[in-house]
Amino acid sequence: MLKGMLEGRGRIWWAAIIILMFLLPFILPRFYLYLLSIILLTGLLATSLNLVLGYGGIFQFHHAVFYGAGAYGTALILTKTGLSPWVSFIVGPLVSAALGLIIGWICIRLSKLYFAMLQISLGSLVWIIVYRWYSFTGGDDGIHGIPLPDILSSSNNAYYFTLIVTLICLFAMYKIVKSPFGSTLQGMRDNPVRCEMIGINVKRQQLLALMIAGFFAGVAGSLFVVVDNTVFPDMLFWTLSLEICIMCLLGGWFTFLGPMLGAAIIIALRTFVSTYTTYWALVLGILMALVIFFLPNGVLGYIEEKIKKGFIEPVIKE
Amino acid sequence: MDLIYAILPPKVLAQIFVGLSRTTILFIVSSGLSLILGVLRIPNVAHGSLYMIGAFMAFTISKVFGGGDAGFWAALVGAPLGVALVSLLAERGLFQYLYEREHLMLLLLTFAVSLIFGDLVKIVWGAEYKSVPVPHIFQGYVYLFEGLPFPIYNLFLLIVGPIVAVALWLIVNKTKIGKISRAAAVDREMVGAVGINVSWVFAIVFVIGCLLAGLGGALVAPTVSVTLGMDHTLIIEAFLIVIIGGLGNIWGALLGALIFGLTQSLGILVWSQFGIVFPYAAVIVVLLFRPTGLLKSTW
Repeated sequence: MLKGMLEGRGRIWWAAIIILMFLLPFILPRFYLYLLSIILLTGLLATSLNLVLGYGGIFQFHHAVFYGAGAYGTALILTKTGLSPWVSFIVGPLVSAALGLIIGWICIRLSKLYFAMLQISLGSLVWIIVYRWYSFTGGDDGIHGIPLPDILSSSNNAYYFTLIVTLICLFAMYKIVKSPFGSTLQGMRDNPVRCEMIGINVKRQQLLALMIAGFFAGVAGSLFVVVDNTVFPDMLFWTLSLEICIMCLLGGWFTFLGPMLGAAIIIALRTFVSTYTTYWALVLGILMALVIFFLPNGVLGYIEEKIKKGFIEPVIKE
Repeated sequence: MDLIYAILPPKVLAQIFVGLSRTTILFIVSSGLSLILGVLRIPNVAHGSLYMIGAFMAFTISKVFGGGDAGFWAALVGAPLGVALVSLLAERGLFQYLYEREHLMLLLLTFAVSLIFGDLVKIVWGAEYKSVPVPHIFQGYVYLFEGLPFPIYNLFLLIVGPIVAVALWLIVNKTKIGKISRAAAVDREMVGAVGINVSWVFAIVFVIGCLLAGLGGALVAPTVSVTLGMDHTLIIEAFLIVIIGGLGNIWGALLGALIFGLTQSLGILVWSQFGIVFPYAAVIVVLLFRPTGLLKSTW
């Protein structure tokens, strides 16, 4: 779908949407801007997961760890050191990428469910350390009131910052998916043995993908610090990881923009439902079960199946 | 005795006993998970929720019976059966349609079910802490190892663990349904071809596995405060135990539970703040050297 952005008629639509998003702060109240920022960064997180889950076919079941690591990396540098705040926004994602490399290196020798379980184990280890290390990470309280540079302290500017960074990251990930490396990734998903035969070092390429996904998840984590000013250990808990998986699935995990759409639907719905009832998990569970039964390719996947023409590119099928 | 104390100080021995009673709970829950994984190949995230439901049901049943000894025994029987009923509904209503789908979908579906169960528990029982009284005969402490107190209830757990292990082994290896289920785990179509209703075999195995989750919940209820969220950490621990033991292998689940329970209780002696890190580290070490688990997996 993003392909349409770069050529022909679709380009105008996308340009219009992006300009509209830049104009939104003039119309929307503060709460909706905050919500939109959260949607953007969560969408970025889900897209980064989909890079390895949908395109790479790797069972990345504990993606939230990288999100949390990025957020904590940024938050700790902002609160504990006198370094420039901008350094922290770079260090956060780099911490996540490094963690992605370490966890990936340990897990990559296993496949499928074993990979997932070892990753959940390692991720839980990171979670416990964050949860228990009161003197350093603030334990289960997390860190609140993180000092931000003045330019980001207004909600409008935080929104603009999130929007710009998210757009840059989405563009970068789109380029990665369409690059030879992206094709290799999809090839390894569909037939790892054949990829190995034609001389691709499957493990190394997958490790690279895990690192890239970790990096972008870390960016999302840093953005969360900018938008929300807090970090807390639940950001690294495994239930969040599965929720991100649901976002990918709901939007369509064989499409590039699906995860973003899924994140938007789930967060908007959560905000809406929470005003009426405290039983959001029940609604989410039912929604998920319905999606798994009736929309296995997700919303975007379904739409693309229906309209296989215009500027919509064909569904990537397994 | 002095010789033993020279090697293992009383404090360590007491901690080993604490670890062993934790092992019992972990084993009972994860053996059910392992059974389901081995035969049905469903990574059942909702297993933890069933454990939680078991604990809540134990609370209600024991309250209905006046909270005394009768209540405890009734809960011990009734809660697992109640959980079995819930799981039967879930299996017949949802899971049975998805056996052919890939693991990712199954895992997410069971996660969805666990979210639903979690909120249903909140609706039925509320968000407050609940406590189940320990029956009179198991109240108090025995003084082991130079006077270190050890709850009698935990001794009871140490007896229940092996009983469950043997019973499960008998069901899987000596009964007809066990033999059919083992065959179905290897080749589902072949078993169907000889005229056995595989779908119902799977349902029965699923229910037995979930019954164990309920039993674990009912057993743990008197020792902890029964609360929402007690499923979250347990299910991860159960999964890790099953993985390091070897998928579908019941003795593997026992071995994994032993490793998990003992490293946890002894880890607290070594480093109290981060004692809980040790079991996870143990899992990582095991998986690095034996990527498919310690014992033979049925997959």
